[in-house]
Amino acid sequence: MEDRRFGFRTRAVHAGTPPDPATGARAQPLYLSTSFVFDSAEHAAELFSLRTYGNIYSRIGNPTVSAFEERMASLEGGLGGIATASGLAAQLVAILSLAQTGDHFVASANLYGGTVTQFTVTLRRMGIACTLAPGGAPADIAQAIRPETKAVFVETIGNPAGNIADIEALAAVAHRHGVPLIVDNTFASPALCRPIEWGADIVVHSATKYIGGHGTVIGGVLVESGAFPWGAGKHPLLAQPSPGYHDMNFVETFGEYAYLMRARAEVLRDVGACLSPMNAWLMLQGLETLAVRMPVHVENARTVARFLQGRDEVAWVSFAELESSPYRALSAKYLPDGPGSIFTFGLRGGGEAGRAFIEALELWSHLANVGDAKSLVIHPASTTHQQLSEEEMRASGVTPEMVRVSVGLEDAADLLWDLDRALHAAASQTLVTEGKP
Amino acid sequence: MILNGLSARLALLRRSRTVAMVGASNKTTRPSYFVFSYLRTHRVLEVTPINPALAEIDGIKAFPTLTAYAAERGAPDIVDVFRKPSEAAAVAREAVAVGAKAIWFQYGVIDPEAIRIADEGGLDVVVDRCIKVESARFDGGLSVGGFNSGLVTARRFRPLESEPMGRHAR
Ligand SMILES: Cc1ncc(COP(=O)(O)O)c(C=O)c1O
Repeated sequence: MEDRRFGFRTRAVHAGTPPDPATGARAQPLYLSTSFVFDSAEHAAELFSLRTYGNIYSRIGNPTVSAFEERMASLEGGLGGIATASGLAAQLVAILSLAQTGDHFVASANLYGGTVTQFTVTLRRMGIACTLAPGGAPADIAQAIRPETKAVFVETIGNPAGNIADIEALAAVAHRHGVPLIVDNTFASPALCRPIEWGADIVVHSATKYIGGHGTVIGGVLVESGAFPWGAGKHPLLAQPSPGYHDMNFVETFGEYAYLMRARAEVLRDVGACLSPMNAWLMLQGLETLAVRMPVHVENARTVARFLQGRDEVAWVSFAELESSPYRALSAKYLPDGPGSIFTFGLRGGGEAGRAFIEALELWSHLANVGDAKSLVIHPASTTHQQLSEEEMRASGVTPEMVRVSVGLEDAADLLWDLDRALHAAASQTLVTEGKP
Repeated sequence: MILNGLSARLALLRRSRTVAMVGASNKTTRPSYFVFSYLRTHRVLEVTPINPALAEIDGIKAFPTLTAYAAERGAPDIVDVFRKPSEAAAVAREAVAVGAKAIWFQYGVIDPEAIRIADEGGLDVVVDRCIKVESARFDGGLSVGGFNSGLVTARRFRPLESEPMGRHAR
C-alpha cells in the first residue's frame, strides 16, 4: 500500500466500500440483518463496553450504513459520520449530542421551515432554547451568543432565501466563544462546498436531496471534524461522567473521537432515528455519481436563472452567482463551482401569479422536495413555510410572490420551453385579475 | 526513524508481534485500558502491561519495567507509551537500552527529547497516534464505526486481519 490522497470523484465511488471481505462482492452488499452474532461472551462484553468496534444491532450500526457513513466522512473531510433516518434526525442528533435542558444555541434565521419548527418548538419543549439571528451574518450571530450557548447553526445556502453563509468568519465567531459551528450543507453537497475545510466542526445533511439524488428515499447524516476541543470546558455532556455509559468521560476515554462516540452510543442509540440499510444502500448509489451530477445541476440552474432574469414577468431572481445578488462574493469564495441548483424568483404578479405559474407547468413537478434529478417547483409561502408566523416567515426570507425551483438534470431547452409557457399563462392570469374592478 | 504516513504505520504493525505497554491501567474507563483490551482481544499483537503497581491486567502478567520484561521475554517489537510527556524521555532511554525495535508515543505524549533519543537510538518512532486506532484503521474496525479510515482499495482482504475473539483463547 502506498500513501496517496485520492481525488473527490475517486472517493465518491470507492470510500467506505472496499470489496466485501466475506464474499468478495464488489458492490456494497445490502446487509438486511437487525443483529449480528458475537464471537464469544468476551467479544459481546467488549462490544457493549465500546472497547472494540463491531456490529451489534442495526439501530446503533450496520455494515451497509457504516459504508455510507465512512464515504460521507471522506467526502466532507471529517473524522467520521453518523447516518440518520432523515435530515431533521441528523440535526436532532447533532444538537442532543452537545446540549441538554437549560442549554441554548444560536442559529441563522434563514433556515428551512422544518428546521425552524424543530428548533423553536420541539427542542424548546425539551428545554433547549434557540435564538434565531435575523440575517445570520457573523455579527448577528455573535450578538445572540450567551454564556449557556453550546453551538452555532447555519445553512451553507439558506432554504429558501439563498443567502450564503460566511463559514470561515462564522467558525471564528463560534470558536471565540468556545462553541462549535454546525453547518447544514444540504443545498451545496460536498461536491460544491466542504464546510470543514473552512473551519466548521459538524456538517449535517438531508441526504434526501442531492446525496440520494433521485428523489427516492429520506435520510440524513452528520459528519464531525474531530478537531473541536470538547474538553475545553463548555461541554460537560462530553467531558463529565456519563450516566448513560457507566460514568464514562467520553473526552477522556476517546479523545478526538468523543463526540462521534457519544452521538452514536448514547444519542442515536436512545433516540432511535437510525437510517435503514436499504436507504443507506441507495444513498451510496447516489454518491457514486454526485460529482458528475452536480455540475449538470449547476449548469442547468445557470441557464434557467439567466432566462428568468431576462423575462418581464419576473420581478427578481435570487441566484447567488448573478450580478444582482448580494451573495455573489460569498458564492465565489465558498462555491466556486456554482451555488447548487435550488433558488427562488419572484413574479411581478405576486402570490396569485405564482399559483397560476405553477399550475401551468407540464415538465416541472410541483412538490415539496429539492435536489432531485427531476426539476421541481414550489410556492413556499403556502407550503413549506406556512407553519411559520409572519415574522418568522419574513425572517427566513419567504415572501408571497416567491417561487422556489430545484433545477434537475433534464435538457435545459425543455426546461425553458416549459417555463416560457407557464410565464405566459401566469401573465394572462394576472391581467385577468387586474382587469377586474 | 520517525514514521509518517499510513503505509509506514501499517508496515510497522505488520512486521511487529509484541507490544510492551508502558503505563497500562486496569481502570476500565482509562484510555490505556481501552487500548490494552483491544490489543489483547484482537490478537494482532501480543500485548504486555508494564506497570510497577500491577501484577496483571485481565490475566496478562504485568512487568514493573521494560528491563524486567526484556530479561524474561526479550526485546519487544514495540514499546507503547502512555506516560506524561515529561516522563517520555526516560521511557525512550529504557526502550533503547533493552533493544526495542520501535516506540509508539500515544496521543498527546509529545516530547522532542524523547523522540530524539528514540530516533538516534535506531528505533522506529510513531508520535501522537493511537495504536488501537491505527490497528482498527487497517483491520476494518474504524470503518465498522462509521469513521473515515482514509483507505481506498479494490483489494478484497483487509491490510491487517485480527483473529475473531473466542476461537483462540489464549
Ligand atoms: C436545508 C434543509 N435541511 C434539512 C432538511 C430536512 O431534511 P429531511 O426532510 O431529510 O428531514 C431539509 C428538507 O427539506 C432542507 O431543505
